[in-house]
Amino acid sequence: MKNLRKVLCVTMAAAMTTALALPAAVFADDTFHIGMIGPITGAAAIYGSAVANAGQLAVDEINEAGGIAGFQVEYTAEDDEHDAEKSVNAYNSLKDKGMQMLLGTVTSAPCIAVEAEAAADNMFLLTPSGTAVECIQAGDNAFRVCFSDPAQGTAAAQYIGEHGLAEKVGVLYNSSDVYSTGVYATFRAEAENQPFEIVEDQSFTDDSNKDFSTQLLAFKDAGCELIFVPFYYDPAYLVLGQAADMGLETKWFGVDGMDGILSVENFDTSLAEDVMLLTPFSVSAEDELTQNFVAKYKEAYGEEPNQFAADAYDGVYIMKQAIEQAGVTPDMSYSEICDALKTAMTEIEFTGVTGTITWDASGEPTKAPMAVVIKNGAYELMD
Amino acid sequence: MKNKKFRSNLITYGIVIAAFVIVQALQNAGRLSSLMTGMLVPICVYVVLAVSLNLVVGISGELSLGHAGFMCAGAFSGALFTNIVKENLTIGPLRLVLAMLIGSAVAALFGLAIGIPVLRLKGDYLAIVTLAFGEIIKNVMNIFFIGQDSNGFHFSTKDQFSLNMEPGGKVLLSGPMGITGTPKDATFLAGVILILVTLFVVLNLMDSRTGRAIMAIRDNRIAAESIGLNIMKHKLLAFTVSAALAGAAGSLYAHNLATLQAKKFDYNFSILALVFVVLGGIGNIRGSVIAAIVLTALPEMLRGLSNYRMLIYSVILIAMMLFTWAPRVLEWRERHFGRFLGKKIKEVE
Amino acid sequence: MRFLFYLINGISLGSVYAIIALGYSMVYGIAKMLNFAHGDVIMVGGYAAFTSAVTLGLHPVLSIGVAIVVCTVLGVIIESVAYRPLLEASSSLAVLITAIGVSYFLQNLVLLIFGSNSKSFQSLIRIPGLSLAGGTLVISGEMIVTIVACIVIMLALTCFINRTKMGQAMLAVSEDKGAAQLMGINVNGTIALTFAIGSGLAAIAGVLLCSSYPSLTPYTGAMPGIKAFVAAVFGGIGSIPGAFLGGILLGIIEIFAKGYISTQLSDAIVFGVLIIVLLVRPTGLLGKKIQEKV
Repeated sequence: MKNLRKVLCVTMAAAMTTALALPAAVFADDTFHIGMIGPITGAAAIYGSAVANAGQLAVDEINEAGGIAGFQVEYTAEDDEHDAEKSVNAYNSLKDKGMQMLLGTVTSAPCIAVEAEAAADNMFLLTPSGTAVECIQAGDNAFRVCFSDPAQGTAAAQYIGEHGLAEKVGVLYNSSDVYSTGVYATFRAEAENQPFEIVEDQSFTDDSNKDFSTQLLAFKDAGCELIFVPFYYDPAYLVLGQAADMGLETKWFGVDGMDGILSVENFDTSLAEDVMLLTPFSVSAEDELTQNFVAKYKEAYGEEPNQFAADAYDGVYIMKQAIEQAGVTPDMSYSEICDALKTAMTEIEFTGVTGTITWDASGEPTKAPMAVVIKNGAYELMD
Repeated sequence: MKNKKFRSNLITYGIVIAAFVIVQALQNAGRLSSLMTGMLVPICVYVVLAVSLNLVVGISGELSLGHAGFMCAGAFSGALFTNIVKENLTIGPLRLVLAMLIGSAVAALFGLAIGIPVLRLKGDYLAIVTLAFGEIIKNVMNIFFIGQDSNGFHFSTKDQFSLNMEPGGKVLLSGPMGITGTPKDATFLAGVILILVTLFVVLNLMDSRTGRAIMAIRDNRIAAESIGLNIMKHKLLAFTVSAALAGAAGSLYAHNLATLQAKKFDYNFSILALVFVVLGGIGNIRGSVIAAIVLTALPEMLRGLSNYRMLIYSVILIAMMLFTWAPRVLEWRERHFGRFLGKKIKEVE
Repeated sequence: MRFLFYLINGISLGSVYAIIALGYSMVYGIAKMLNFAHGDVIMVGGYAAFTSAVTLGLHPVLSIGVAIVVCTVLGVIIESVAYRPLLEASSSLAVLITAIGVSYFLQNLVLLIFGSNSKSFQSLIRIPGLSLAGGTLVISGEMIVTIVACIVIMLALTCFINRTKMGQAMLAVSEDKGAAQLMGINVNGTIALTFAIGSGLAAIAGVLLCSSYPSLTPYTGAMPGIKAFVAAVFGGIGSIPGAFLGGILLGIIEIFAKGYISTQLSDAIVFGVLIIVLLVRPTGLLGKKIQEKV
């Protein structure tokens, strides 16, 4: 009889697992169901929330305007805490809910794990911001909105070289981050072909991303004229602040992760004056699409959209265009939809807030990189 | 007494086997959701992790906060092995068994090497040193690059281009990116077998002369020493066996996902394993199994709460801790539910 | 010059670790529990100061006061809801796990309230820095304040514990709870007071951490918390001067490891040094040697 407590425990565990085990209800046949996966909690939450929000914004807009080919769109965002295992759980959970297309995942490493599953299932996957090459390599079902790591590293090196921005270049990267190391590695490889020299490379890790004094001193001693900073704007704004305190005068060149630095609350944007970055998106762009997106995003979420949000916003519209091109309907299975969409993706030319994009069968986007420089707290296009 | 223990052990095995049969039946009938199907292997991994940590924390009485490090060592060695041989050895189950053996052997070596200096320390100092070792393993794995081409293996701590490989060589381990492309060899059956093996090892160890010696050392070190027990040897044995089992679990984990990164195995992960052990009952093996299942499934069940998910999870965790550990609550349970739901309060002097 | 530069930056980083470690060590010394939520209380302190200084536009000194009040109240609530029921539990691990639950709770609560966007914390310290050797070596105002604060707090705590009745009560509780109770000391009250002081210190640490490294997210406290924990153990956990020494040394080792050996492995080196120190001195640099009783 004393074991009753244990029996109760076991029953509880069993009840919980059965609750998980039962397949959930599937959505009605007259709506498309788009799933989204990204870190909504955890240290990378800022990127996932941006994608989740912007995706929702785009879906709401589409539904308001009558849906895709007359069909409404359901949108479900799931959290993966920037963890591959949780990301696969989120993917399976969305599948149970009747997902037909996946917008995600947001970060590279979980994306690789999810893409392996999605490729096996033949589920259409469009990652807004998974930059690692491997994110879309497991099958022909996967496409990308943003540039890949090698594309960014190479483009950055070429840009610096062709515009003669500097001869002595330093690189600071996050050695514990997939994105940062990926861009750094290809930048370094391409630098061999360019008329500048990498005189100093320094790194930091996520566990010690507060103090950059030793790295900055090394750049100072090496006399770097330009420092390439391929990592996210947090902690990039700390780096800029500490460099200013140290009196390190140099040019800074970032990649798309740097976008967002101007919207850090309470940040003294004069520190970011003259920082250059390659980004497909600029909140201050004057075209109507961007203006509309930025205004609506601000209204809905109270902050300026960053590049992740822009990629996600475009991602939903890309799906819309591909669906219309392929003529798929919500009553088809996800595998049929995927087969139709992967052909359609190579046929469309999409224009959105991150530029005009086309795709080939590998899933890699072709678009022109855009270089901007920060002047008076706003982006200014460079040629 | 012997008989009772035997029966209790049989029940534990029985629960695992029954769960396996039920899940298999559900799966064959197509009644199992994708989410549950996908979580089967991770649940097995966490059960093994919890049981193996309980061997150190519960049976041997040492607080270890570096268990993830052993899992990391096992996961990376196992996955490296599979990626090296995957073209030549195409039988998945065999590959997995070999990888798990390698993973546990490597983790056992780490356990031995770390255990010798660390086990001389006590209490919280031991905890912090194991945490330190776990973080060191993670940090070092994070900067390693290993490639393979026709000339053999290449190592670097810089980047993949510094490997100086011939064109066509493949990068096996790529720094923070870790190992990608490990074939998905892990199956639920393999997970359940690993759980049964783990239970067999741990329960038999507890029931053996060595196990009783380990527990004697835990309860009173000086008394145990005075009757001639070799303290270091016994502690080290428990520590190494535990590390080996965690290594096998790590290897299984690595074969379930297409990507493996050292970042996963940080101190938070070690702490998670400790949460399983404490919630399930320190030294209570069956409790560890159940706690690992419940706490792995819980965050997934809370997905409906969207943004509030992790907040509610933390509240439930605190509530469960109070319910299972607070003396007042235990007393109250004893009073109101008597023997049925009341947990026996051990007299502690 | 390089050496001096590293040394100054090491002390600067170390002083932040030290001030966090003081709170850690104090709570551990009295309540004998590893309060894993300490780092998150620091983060809450940072947010409280940020909100009152930037959003509400209060005077810096006033906003530090707000942060201290918020954290002290928070500390007392956490202690009474989550820790006190478990102080008499049959294993001290129970309260450790609850502390982790509290840590998750605080992180996720702040995430829900303030969002995931990082905030640039404006330094609340208005003291200009010192510039040496023609501007190559800069001792920042934050560093001066942090070190002065560390020393003042260290002295004040030592005086409080050794010279006042309440401090003596704390010592008695940490020695033997049962005996302290018999001597008429309010054990629960004393432990609650310890948490109140520890959390108040966490608020100051939060303000100083964010003033020196002005980035504030819901996870800001986690890693410094762990490093400060390492610092506290390094110096001998429970020892107030030990926490200070451990913090400063940890910062110096970290910066030197970055400067002379490897930026990627600096954490591994810090942990390696910790292990070696503990193997040579099993109770840390200034820790008391515990006599084993038979």
